[in-house]
Amino acid sequence: MRPFREHTGIVAPLDRSSIDTDQIIPKQFLKRIERTGYGEFLFFDWRYTGDGKPRADFVLNQPQFAGASILIAGKNFGCGSSREHAAWALSDYGFRVIIAPSFADIFATNAGNNGLLLVRLPEQQISTLLDHAGQIPCYKLHVSLLDKRVQDDQGFGARFDIDEFRRTCLLEGLDEIGLTLKHESEVAAYESRIANRAW
Amino acid sequence: MLAKTLFEKLWEQHIVHQDPDGRALLYIDLHLVHEVTSPQAFEGLRLNNLRVRRPDLTIATVDHNVPTTPNRHIISDPIAAQQIETLRRNCHDFGVQLFDIDSSEQGIVHVIGPELGLTQPGKTIVCGDSHTSTHGAFGALAFGIGTSEVEHVLASQCLWQKKPKTMQIVVDGALPLGATAKDIALGIIGRIGSDGATGYAIEYRGAAIRALSMEGRMTVCNMSIEAGARAGMIAPDETTFRYVRGRRFAPKNFEKALAHWQTLQSDDAARFDATIRIDAAALEPYVTWGTNPGMVVPITGRVPDPNSAASETERTATARALEYMDLKPGTAMEDIAVDRVFIGSCTNARIEDLRATAELVRGYHVHPRVRAMVVPGSQQVKHAAESEGLDRIFRAAGFDWRESGCSMCLGMNPDILQPGERCASTSNRNFEGRQGRGGRTHLVSPPMAAAAAITGHFTDVRKWRFKEAQSA
Ligand code: SF4
Repeated sequence: MRPFREHTGIVAPLDRSSIDTDQIIPKQFLKRIERTGYGEFLFFDWRYTGDGKPRADFVLNQPQFAGASILIAGKNFGCGSSREHAAWALSDYGFRVIIAPSFADIFATNAGNNGLLLVRLPEQQISTLLDHAGQIPCYKLHVSLLDKRVQDDQGFGARFDIDEFRRTCLLEGLDEIGLTLKHESEVAAYESRIANRAW
Repeated sequence: MLAKTLFEKLWEQHIVHQDPDGRALLYIDLHLVHEVTSPQAFEGLRLNNLRVRRPDLTIATVDHNVPTTPNRHIISDPIAAQQIETLRRNCHDFGVQLFDIDSSEQGIVHVIGPELGLTQPGKTIVCGDSHTSTHGAFGALAFGIGTSEVEHVLASQCLWQKKPKTMQIVVDGALPLGATAKDIALGIIGRIGSDGATGYAIEYRGAAIRALSMEGRMTVCNMSIEAGARAGMIAPDETTFRYVRGRRFAPKNFEKALAHWQTLQSDDAARFDATIRIDAAALEPYVTWGTNPGMVVPITGRVPDPNSAASETERTATARALEYMDLKPGTAMEDIAVDRVFIGSCTNARIEDLRATAELVRGYHVHPRVRAMVVPGSQQVKHAAESEGLDRIFRAAGFDWRESGCSMCLGMNPDILQPGERCASTSNRNFEGRQGRGGRTHLVSPPMAAAAAITGHFTDVRKWRFKEAQSA
């Protein structure tokens, strides 16, 4: 996994709550058997009209947000389907950080497993950031996982909390499977302990 | 001894390794696999030269992509066909049992697990699918996972988990006539919202839950994820044991299993982090009006007005949903006409759902404007229904009778809504475009879907006039 330590990037505001994974990557793109190449389909139905033209009113189609790598959104981001394709599509598009008041559980795990940092901030700070991103041209944020801080150069600064295990995995780009396989003897011991459950 | 909840018992019984920071490595007893979320996981095993640690605890089927028409071996979409072919190859290469398209036991993964007797009390069950919560109906700890986690479980039979908080939802009293398990689920989500249980594992309790059949319990647990819950579960009882006994993969030494299963209940003094109480008698048949399952009103209700929303966020969300759904505030739900009706999905395509629906449509005919389909959850459900003659009732009433699969629940197969079409659906998600781009989904119970198919608009089933079976 690609490690995450610090990142500075352009911020795209997407002021909607409960953005579900069906919106992040619609079902017609789940039939592929690869992990890559989903970025062009990110938010497909919101990004393009029925005949495939970019919708001018969608944030990612607006020139000032070109190259955005930080997304700000409403609460309950990533709810619904467990499709990891949502995390793949966000990463593949170029997002490294999603900032929202809350995230759905399965999506949060998927994001973590793909080096995508999720930052939870209170609603009030989110609405400040949404305003800044909407009004200040080329608005950028600096996100540090080392310091657990988000800041801009306009005076905004906030600390965030993150699960320590997740933080370590992200900082070091650790692969969870590798970690688990080190516990092989415990797994084997567990299996022999439950052998009596083989009814 | 410390009093424990059912969830805590299941959790503790599966800890392989406990980290001091609270994270645990849990052992997984059953891993269900389907074609959409597994190809990249198997590919990961190949790249890292790993094998499936316990193929005997891993079971696969094809459900999301499969057509539901006769002769469905021929999949015209080459990418879907490739995904199914990939699962076949992976199951073959890694020694995993597959219930393929031509198997008499194929079906939606959350329908066949219980049907085969694989789903059992006390197990940890995962699948790369959010509706894995369904299996919690048996007193199992069951939850959906992403593809990286699928790979993790394939390789190690374990998963790292942070312990969720516990919530009990107590549904007391008795369900009134016309309200179903689906209405319990919709009523709960309407009350707590589509993120009301995020971070929690729910245990459903109370007289109305106890009174449900296993089919009904599965419907309730299925929709736990629509409230954001990590898992939903119901303590096993006689209803559960009766359902599991005698099934193909049920324990050979059933009595021994039973002795363990009977301990799987929350202790009287156990404490939950949150409690919600619902009076079943106050539940009604519900219809969703918006674009998430929390946007729901009773059939007697009206489309809400964004201007009476409690907050600015809610106002914009409501206005946006109404625009997508093409609905005007104040419209009576019963006045909303439908174009399509879908009876199916892992929420509501079990035999009991089909029986209740067939009884209602008997002697009637689908409204001329409406196209209605019934998609059994599995081949076993389909055969059971056919042996009871339900398919004849549906066909005579003008319903399309299909082969089993996910079908129009998510439209990854040819069953999709056209832009602008409005559908009464027994599935679990009314997200924008879920059933087809521009399609408008209203979630309802199976009887409510059937009634809408006949009248052409949402109809309160409590007023339904059933027709008697006609002789011959
Ligand atoms: S029926 Fe729908 S919700 Fe259930 S597994 Fe299939 S696609 Fe998912």
